[in-house]
Amino acid sequence: MIRQERGRILAGLLRILRDFQLAEDCFAEALEAAAREWPAKGMPRVPGAWLNKVARRKAFDCLRRKKVRQRRQLVAPPVCDPLDERLTLMFTCCHPALSMEARVALTLRTLGGLTTPEIARAFLVGESTMAQRIVRAQRKIQDAGIPYRVPPPEQLEERLEGVLAVLYLIFNEGYWASSGSEMVRLNLCHNALDLAELLHELMPRASEVAGLYALMLFQHARSPARADGQTLEEQDRSLWDTALLERGVAALAAAREGGPYSLQAAIAGVHCAARRSEETNWTAIRRLYDMLLAFGANPVVELNRAVAVGMEKGPAAGLDAVQGLESALQDYALLWATRADFHRRSGQLTEAFQAYERALALEENEVARRFLLRRLAEIAHEQSLPPAGPTPGAARSAQP
Amino acid sequence: MQYMLIIHNDPEIHPRPGMKGFEELLAGYMAFNKDLEARGIKFSGDPLEPPTSATTVRIRNGKQVLTDGPFAETKEWMSGYYLVECQDLDQALELAARIPGAQFGSVEVRPVMSMMAKSAG
Repeated sequence: MIRQERGRILAGLLRILRDFQLAEDCFAEALEAAAREWPAKGMPRVPGAWLNKVARRKAFDCLRRKKVRQRRQLVAPPVCDPLDERLTLMFTCCHPALSMEARVALTLRTLGGLTTPEIARAFLVGESTMAQRIVRAQRKIQDAGIPYRVPPPEQLEERLEGVLAVLYLIFNEGYWASSGSEMVRLNLCHNALDLAELLHELMPRASEVAGLYALMLFQHARSPARADGQTLEEQDRSLWDTALLERGVAALAAAREGGPYSLQAAIAGVHCAARRSEETNWTAIRRLYDMLLAFGANPVVELNRAVAVGMEKGPAAGLDAVQGLESALQDYALLWATRADFHRRSGQLTEAFQAYERALALEENEVARRFLLRRLAEIAHEQSLPPAGPTPGAARSAQP
Repeated sequence: MQYMLIIHNDPEIHPRPGMKGFEELLAGYMAFNKDLEARGIKFSGDPLEPPTSATTVRIRNGKQVLTDGPFAETKEWMSGYYLVECQDLDQALELAARIPGAQFGSVEVRPVMSMMAKSAG
């Protein structure tokens, strides 16, 4: 409960105090008061409202003390914004004047309700490093005068892009995390989903917000089926979360303008619409990738398009499409895994084996490594078997 | 809040008097200054002579040590500044982006430390 309320209450405190550290102090004091009073007097009917009231009282106390000390510094709180204050907070935490690392950490701390040690664990850095990163970001907001508001219309699109990038990065970190415990990873996915849902609720007409939210829903719905790194093709589709898929379809319907996130969501949606992997509409997927590439050349998107081409027109066409991406993606494990897969499907097992080995040397994710090792073992096994022929008995006897 | 917009330029590509593009650059600065005035933004600012004209002063063991040239040798040098009174960082960033020098180098946006806030905090 407190996690969900935290962002809302903090946002309100920030509006009054315009100081992250003071706001956090006031919130902490309210929590302490709750710990003292609730066991004795019983839980209030609306605990969030109780906490908010106490925290705000503390904030006004702070403000009064500050006022005496520095009358001239005081800025009157601006008129209340009709939008949810958490929206304001999101734009402040994701301001482009902060480093991407700082934006991610601050967003998770302030809006995601994660503790500093949790964030540190999720991003594999020391607790003190993460604490420093967060404090530095909070201080920069204060000292540099980063505004506390939803950007005006002429800036909104650009700034919204920055917010979406942060949410997507959080989600992907949880979805593809190179390591870290299972729990932390799921936590990041849930956090990103919650924040995207909130953003979608607050800005229902923003097409790309709906697109990103739909994309996350589709991807998250497939999570139960990919616990051991199964590819889309191998996943047991009955494990997909149908409730999440339905929400994804609904969100996608609100993404009308077809920006990059919406197109990625549409691609995920086409995958999810296929009951069996053989029923996948690869032509539709390839076309969506073509549209995505119209937003800017991107070798990773081209690689994904090549996969679709390979599935649509056969592995030879896929290999052709991958050609030319090698210089840009030579250190990218998925390029080699994709090539390996096309070779494997074409029956070129030696080339497939070599490409899988190359992918394995570059891959750091444990689950993905297990998948590549499995493929290598399969090919090794197949190659050691006798070639199919009219006299299998004779061939077999040639084996030691 | 007050911000200092520090203009750093790469002399290799920055137009100098007599070079192509110099007139446009000057006109750009004039228009920028006019715009600041029109919007009622309090500001001051000037271009600086190049680092070849600089002298660096240090006090060591109570003695003044002078060195010819700037403190650090870098490809870009500080070529001018604006001191502006802005609502917040967004406004300062918007102004910085419109300084003509941003096209030939970079503009660093630094908040001026508010001594009142620091001593009271």
